[in-house]
Amino acid sequence: MKTIFYGLMAALMFTSSAATPTFAGSESVVVEDAWSRASVGVNRPGAAYMTIRNTGDETVTLTGLRTDLAMMPDIHQTSTNAEGVSSMAPAGEIEIAPGEAVSLEPGGLHAMLMHLQRPMTEGENFSVILDFSDGGEIAVEVPILGIAARGPEG
Amino acid sequence: MTGRTTLKCAYAGIAAIALTLAVGWWQVDGPGASEQTERQPFALTEMEFSLSDHEGDEVGPETLIGRPTMVFFGFTYCPDVCPTTLSDISGWLDDLGEDAEGMNVVFITVDPERDTVEAIAEYVGYFHPSIRGWTGTQEEIARAAQGFRARYERVPTDGGDYTMNHTASVFLFDIEGRFTTMIDYHEPREFAVPKIRRTLD
Ligand SMILES: [Cu+2]
Repeated sequence: MKTIFYGLMAALMFTSSAATPTFAGSESVVVEDAWSRASVGVNRPGAAYMTIRNTGDETVTLTGLRTDLAMMPDIHQTSTNAEGVSSMAPAGEIEIAPGEAVSLEPGGLHAMLMHLQRPMTEGENFSVILDFSDGGEIAVEVPILGIAARGPEG
Repeated sequence: MTGRTTLKCAYAGIAAIALTLAVGWWQVDGPGASEQTERQPFALTEMEFSLSDHEGDEVGPETLIGRPTMVFFGFTYCPDVCPTTLSDISGWLDDLGEDAEGMNVVFITVDPERDTVEAIAEYVGYFHPSIRGWTGTQEEIARAAQGFRARYERVPTDGGDYTMNHTASVFLFDIEGRFTTMIDYHEPREFAVPKIRRTLD
């Protein structure tokens, strides 16, 4: 059963290299170093990370994201206060100035993947669509690394 | 009281508030900032709580005496900070190698409702084998958090679920259970291994 499921998944996957920047919609936004951690089952939320670079000469605004992996994806901001207490909250819209990049990375911003529709399995990929305020969208292939991964290299 | 004295009192009040704020700043962020004594954990020997480890054995602060100890709080439904801390700690333990072999490394859940013994056992199994997961009743988790001066709070989320805000610092204790130092979440990670080494000495 499991094998059939994974086989299907693999067949449905795009074959895209993690290192290749993904272009779509507005040609001036480049996404690099996307990665995520494997999940334990589907009850726990997942998180994905990436660097979103604006190579154009106009400010772009990231308004949200979509993925068939999770029913409720959202960009979250983790913050740690002076007492050392960490919390996370929706980050809202994110502006990226020309020539600037926004990093979604552990302890800062993350793509929060709530209500997983299937487990996140190490070695697989999933696609995310980033939505921008100008109506442009960027498709990103996110590799799923091990649960103890610390960055795009594992 | 005449209008003028009221005004004088008000000025004095404002001055007092300003002074308090200034002193507060000096103590909290300014040059007077100490090791933030008010949020330091107690010594393990002064704590009292009873939990279960991920193998179902009864554990408490006394379990940790006799070896250097590293403790942190979290929950397994935490997508960002907790797996990051767990994988950072796994990396530090790999770096320390044999030197950290005798060390207690304990992850205490602040979400015992979802983090049962089985759930926490499965979760810690993905990280460094030295890491132990502790859980228990809400009351005993609260007593443990008090001992470490750790804070946590349940926060409802949009989908009818909840998440937990919690202290993300890693606490270090020497072999006799005395608090030595902590590694704050926003602290540069390269300071961690030397801090642990000092605790091991
Ligand atoms: Cu989140």
